[in-house]
Amino acid sequence: MEFDKPQIEYGHLWPLLVVLGVACLGVLVEAFLPRERRRLTQTILAMLGLLAALGGAIWVGLDLPKLGDGVARGDLMMEGTLVVDGPTVFLWGLVLVFAIGGVLLFSERRLEGGVSAFAGQAAALPGTEAERQASTRGLEQTEVFPLLMFAVGGMMLFPAANDLLTMFVALEVLSLPLYLLSGLARRRRLLSQEAALKYFMLGAFSSGFFLYGVALVYGFAGSMRFADINEAVRNDTENQTLLLVGMGMLAVGLLFKVGAVPFHNWTPDVYQGAPTAVTGFMSACTKIAAFGALLRLFYVAFGSDRWSWQPMMWVIAILTMLVGSVLAIVQTDVKRMLAYSSVAHTGFILTGVLGVQAATDLADHEVTSLQAVLFYLTTYGFAMVGAFGVVTMVRDSGGESATFARWAGLGRRAPVIAGVFAFFLLSMAGIPLTAGFVGKWAVFTVALSAGAWPVVLVAILASVISVFFYVRLIWLMFFSEEPTEGEVAAVHTPSLATLVTVAVGAAGTLVLGVVPGPVLDLAAHAGEFIR
Amino acid sequence: MLNMSEGGHIPVVDPTGTDGISSLLWLVIALPLLGAAVLLLAGRATDKWGHWLGTLMSAGSFVVSLLLFVDLLGRDEGDRQVSQHLWEWFSVGGLEVGFDLLYDPLAALFLLLITGVGTLIHVYSIGYMEHDPRRRRFFAYLNLFVAAMLMLILSENYLGLFLGWEGVGLASYLLIGFWQHKPSAAAAAKKAFVMNRVGDMGLSLAIALMFVTFGTTSFSGVSAAASGASENTLTALGLLLLLGACGKSAQVPLQGWLLDAMEGPTPVSALIHAATMVTAGVYLIVRSNFIFELASTAQTVVVIVAVVTLLWGAIIGCAKDDIKKALAGSTMSQIGYMMLGAGLGAAGYAFAIFHLLTHGFFKANMFLGAGSVMHGMNDDVDMRRYGAVRHAMPVTFLTFAMGYLAIIGFPGFSGFWSKDKIIESALADSWLVGGLALLGAGITGFYMTRLMLLTFFTEKRWKDDVHPHESPAVMTVPLIVLAALSVLAGVLLLGDWITDFLAPVVGEVAHHDPPLPALAITALVTLVVAVGVAAAWFLVGKREVPITPPQDVSFATRAARNDLYGDAINEGLVIGPGRHAVHGVTLADRRAVDGVFTGTAAGIGALGTVLRRAQNGFVRSYALSLLGGVLLVLLALLAVNLV
Repeated sequence: MEFDKPQIEYGHLWPLLVVLGVACLGVLVEAFLPRERRRLTQTILAMLGLLAALGGAIWVGLDLPKLGDGVARGDLMMEGTLVVDGPTVFLWGLVLVFAIGGVLLFSERRLEGGVSAFAGQAAALPGTEAERQASTRGLEQTEVFPLLMFAVGGMMLFPAANDLLTMFVALEVLSLPLYLLSGLARRRRLLSQEAALKYFMLGAFSSGFFLYGVALVYGFAGSMRFADINEAVRNDTENQTLLLVGMGMLAVGLLFKVGAVPFHNWTPDVYQGAPTAVTGFMSACTKIAAFGALLRLFYVAFGSDRWSWQPMMWVIAILTMLVGSVLAIVQTDVKRMLAYSSVAHTGFILTGVLGVQAATDLADHEVTSLQAVLFYLTTYGFAMVGAFGVVTMVRDSGGESATFARWAGLGRRAPVIAGVFAFFLLSMAGIPLTAGFVGKWAVFTVALSAGAWPVVLVAILASVISVFFYVRLIWLMFFSEEPTEGEVAAVHTPSLATLVTVAVGAAGTLVLGVVPGPVLDLAAHAGEFIR
Repeated sequence: MLNMSEGGHIPVVDPTGTDGISSLLWLVIALPLLGAAVLLLAGRATDKWGHWLGTLMSAGSFVVSLLLFVDLLGRDEGDRQVSQHLWEWFSVGGLEVGFDLLYDPLAALFLLLITGVGTLIHVYSIGYMEHDPRRRRFFAYLNLFVAAMLMLILSENYLGLFLGWEGVGLASYLLIGFWQHKPSAAAAAKKAFVMNRVGDMGLSLAIALMFVTFGTTSFSGVSAAASGASENTLTALGLLLLLGACGKSAQVPLQGWLLDAMEGPTPVSALIHAATMVTAGVYLIVRSNFIFELASTAQTVVVIVAVVTLLWGAIIGCAKDDIKKALAGSTMSQIGYMMLGAGLGAAGYAFAIFHLLTHGFFKANMFLGAGSVMHGMNDDVDMRRYGAVRHAMPVTFLTFAMGYLAIIGFPGFSGFWSKDKIIESALADSWLVGGLALLGAGITGFYMTRLMLLTFFTEKRWKDDVHPHESPAVMTVPLIVLAALSVLAGVLLLGDWITDFLAPVVGEVAHHDPPLPALAITALVTLVVAVGVAAAWFLVGKREVPITPPQDVSFATRAARNDLYGDAINEGLVIGPGRHAVHGVTLADRRAVDGVFTGTAAGIGALGTVLRRAQNGFVRSYALSLLGGVLLVLLALLAVNLV
């Protein structure tokens, strides 16, 4: 038996390799650098790595070869296990931008009085002498930076994977660091650890389904490659059940990651328990990467069989929007409310997934669903990272304070920050002149053009419901009376890093609402998935 | 059938570019927007002169509107549509949604109304809000409202209109709840917001449907392509637009918020909840005439909604003791008349707009007058504690009287001409509709006379510590101007000027022979109104008015006092079930996973038991939910494909 040396296209893959390389370097820093110098080194290293990768992604994006005379651009890499095409590069860009926001939030120290928001020593049990010592000595767990970088690496690999096994590996690479990060909160450690454990167990459970789906689809198609699966789906009408069950299992794994109902239960607990910086990073980037993978799997591998999976997606989308927005109404904690709101957003994005896929099926004024989903993810990311950035600043004597009662009258105590937060909420609600409006408009119209009007009807109903709870929070901040007893939260001044993140989030939300054209064009320019 | 448009020509929106004076169009919106931005962003620094800036911006906008109007009059009739392209909002493939403005006769009239009445109300507010520490903020919101309302009117496509629509909703929300220290004000603001969302849902669905059907949302694109769409689509579009209009214009069944909205400062009630914003629904329907003309079913529904509302509002107006709420009931009823005109198609559009303008004048006049009375009565709104105020406030009394004579349709006053025309068109359409509109006119005569008597006539009932006094000039001058307009606005009908002027937008008024000679109808209307006035005179004016409302009243009075149980109906039909649904879903999410899945499928139940033994705490039920989800996904896949 003879082995061919696999060809690796460094020219197109280096942004991904930079991120993973920096992650490994970060581990070495932890091992060899003295404790007091790690913090700064890690922050700078992660920042430089992400910026370099972002620059690289842009450079690669400009350099993508055109395929035929269609709109698709890109090429297969690593003997066909990876694919770098327009959508991949767009998603890389998004993940990297929001990961930079994540690093900035991670590096925040001023709010906790000179230490980070992460546990001083994660191994010390809550309430023990060891923990007390860790906090009096001002220890910090700087491993969060390499963990973040590994997660980002996985997130970049996820939408670029061109076969089932690579996709599974990417899924695990992005998930494992997130499980750890979720459990590292400095305050309310038990809650954080419980969330991490839940996230891990349920994640492992869903990965199991994904893996089973991989096996079944392999059994059906005789190949892991998406292009081959697509061939098999076109030609083979014999083993429908095998294919459908496999498809369903794969869908479960991905729907879990995006937080669709009924796979959403982990979201509120994890969003609430995890350190807020992690929540901000994870809510934006995980969803972006997972939707990229979901789109690629269902458009490329199962695209010619869309009539068999679309009804299932209809049901999931409808359930997700309704359950997400209805449950958000009864929340009394800002982070939990944002978590349910993110569930509802998953439903809206799924509505976009139901749209028409190929530009050739459309009249020239219509938007493809890929374009709509990419745009929606962009708007969603800015609002989420920004909103969680604000949540880190709102504090009382016990640290961050996310209970509604404590937020009452915040608008009078800190009008600017509360105003910015209200702006994020309005964008999430889809009020015109914010990014969210254009995003919703895009996904609703693509779904309508594909004839999914019942879903759009539910989507509009759900957005009406959702306006209610967003506005309720705005009302609480600006119009309600301050409680006469009990503590209220105040906005503490953070370091420049957090301020920059929030400001960029707000600017992105505003610009995408007023002149969305360039980014919509960019999404259109990303073209289609290639096989 | 109510549809009267067969064979009629439906105008298409086909504007030319701007030049000369008309290229100033963008300034109309930009000025108040700038005012709002400065006042909100510059903060306390502008406290001293903020109200002047706000007023100046609104006045500037009025001057530009006036210039534009003169320019428009100088053009040929066929040339009276201009559009201005500001910038591209979205541009995707061939779809372009621009920030385009459209200026035509319809927009011209609205511009003058909004900026003109708006400026007067700004001036009035300088006096009315003098002692309010947050006066600057109030003016910022007013400017914001004016800008949003102008955006609504001037946009050349439905998306821009929607932007303005949401903008006026937001401004209205902020202004109703302006006195946030009053819990009732905050609750009213929230109610208005939520009820409006139902309407907005209709409008956004209509826009989405339009986009899918025509591939565009611009007025020119839709009006050109509308005749190619199927009747069902057009009917659906019409009904959805009507739902939007009902929310904004407080028409049945979305009328409930308007009465509560009176919690806002009185200038707000005058500007937003009488003269301008609440008429946006009428504008929407008249503007979308190219859809309604082709959807006769939708037109019929508009007429039904209109007739129900005009009676509903009038009946509520009869029983309210709160002067502002009585006026709000009247607003609802008068908008019903406008809607009726709009529902009658080409025969009524111009008259709907005519009544909208005259109503804008006389109702703003009366609201400001009511504010002036309250100003002098220590902010008491209960008419049972007024009486004989005319001696203390002669200017307010006289100007209010002009508005009163206009609204009841006293011959020669503006309301006489505009209401008469709508009733005449309705009678030409059907005896029933016309008859009910006539009845509404009679009730209007009754409740307005009652209001007038309770406030300005009868014996004085106020307490000794109240010292009614005339308001300062900054408040009475706007009243005088509005009173003059209430009297004189009827001249717009001279030589059918307004119908000819609007014809390029809404089509020629189709001439139908009314069942009676026009003069006879006019006499009939006047007679019915006189009966209403007389009834009020004998029932209210001739008797002693108890200070506490009597409780042993008939069922009808009690129902009218309770807004005809509008809130109870909403509670029973919408809010109650909604609350139960939320409760149900919450419950399901917390613990139903076990119940549903173990209860239905034995196999899953067994698996669930295993899982339950293996783990405890919530993760168990989460995992079970995940498993249920797997089954759901598989079932959905298999059921669709293999069955």
